[in-house]
Amino acid sequence: MDHIDRKIISASQAGLPLTPEPYQTLAEQIDISVNELMQRLTDMQEQGIIRRIGAIPNHYKLGYQHNGMTVWDINDAHIDELGKKVGALGFVSHCYHRPRHLPDWPYNLFAMIHGKTAEAAERQIQQIADLLGEYCRAHEVLYSTRILKKTGLRIKNNVPS
Amino acid sequence: MLTILHKQLLNDYQQDFPLSPTPYLDIANSLGITEEEVLVAFSALSEQDFISRIGPIIQPNQLGISTLVAMAIPEKHISEVAEVISQFPEVNHNYEREHHFNLWFVLIAHDQQHLTHVIKQIEKQTNFKTMQLPLLKDYFINLGFQLNLEPQEENFPINA
Repeated sequence: MDHIDRKIISASQAGLPLTPEPYQTLAEQIDISVNELMQRLTDMQEQGIIRRIGAIPNHYKLGYQHNGMTVWDINDAHIDELGKKVGALGFVSHCYHRPRHLPDWPYNLFAMIHGKTAEAAERQIQQIADLLGEYCRAHEVLYSTRILKKTGLRIKNNVPS
Repeated sequence: MLTILHKQLLNDYQQDFPLSPTPYLDIANSLGITEEEVLVAFSALSEQDFISRIGPIIQPNQLGISTLVAMAIPEKHISEVAEVISQFPEVNHNYEREHHFNLWFVLIAHDQQHLTHVIKQIEKQTNFKTMQLPLLKDYFINLGFQLNLEPQEENFPINA
C-alpha cells in the first residue's frame, strides 16, 4: 500500500457521491485516472486491505435498537474453532478474539448482535450460548445505551502519507 | 416508508457494489429500472440515515494499529469524560454501555508509540485508567449482515 492507496481510502470515507460517475469524481480529487482508481480498489480487495465495497447500513435506524456486545470466556484451546462458528452466524456482525485482562475482565471472545426487540436479542444470545456449550465458562452482554461518537475510519491526521 | 427497491438496495449492495465507471447504471440494468430511480432511492436512504455511506470497508489493522479500549467511569462523570475522549481524532465508535466498564471506544493510531501516547493523554486528561483489548483474531465470515426488513416496515417511514 502506498500513499495513493491511502489517499483513496481517506477520500472514500466520506462516501461515494450519488452521481452517475462517482469513481470519476473520486479519481479527480486524488488526481489519478478513473482506471487507475478502479484497479487500485480491485488490488486492495485482493490483498485483503479492503473487506468489501458497499452500502453500509445503519442498524439502529433500520429498527435494530437492541445492539449487544456479547463477551464470552472460552477455553483457549478451542477459541479458533468456536470463534469461526460464531462468526458464521447470520445475525453476528463482528466476531473477535481479544485478550483477557485479569482479574477485571475474563472474556476473550467478542460477538456483536443486533435485535429489533429485546426478545430477539435474547434468542440470538441463547443460540450463541448453545453453540459454545461446555467450552464457555461465563458470559455477559453489554448493551449500548448511547452512541457518543461514530465516524468513518479517520486516517488523514493519524497516518503519515 | 421503505419500498421494495430500498430493501433490495439495502440487502443486495452491502457488498459487491459495482466497481465500474457507472455503478448506479449497472445496478439499474440488473434490476430493470432507470439509473435515476437508483440514484433517487440511494439518496433517500442516505439523507434519512438508513445507510451511513457507500464505499470501501477497510479490514481492521490494515492501516496502522488499533485497539478497543474500555473505561469504568462513575455515572456522574461519564458525560464530561466521554466528551474529552471524543475530541481525540484517533477515537472512533465511542459507546456508553450498561456495565461496570461503561465507556467503550476504538483507538486508531499509525504505530504503537502513537497509540501509547494517546492512551497516556486520555488517562491524564480524564484521571481514569484504561483497559486495552486489542484484536488478536477476526472471525468474521459473512459478507454482509442479513437485514430483516420485512415484518416492521411500517416503522420506517421514508420519503423518496
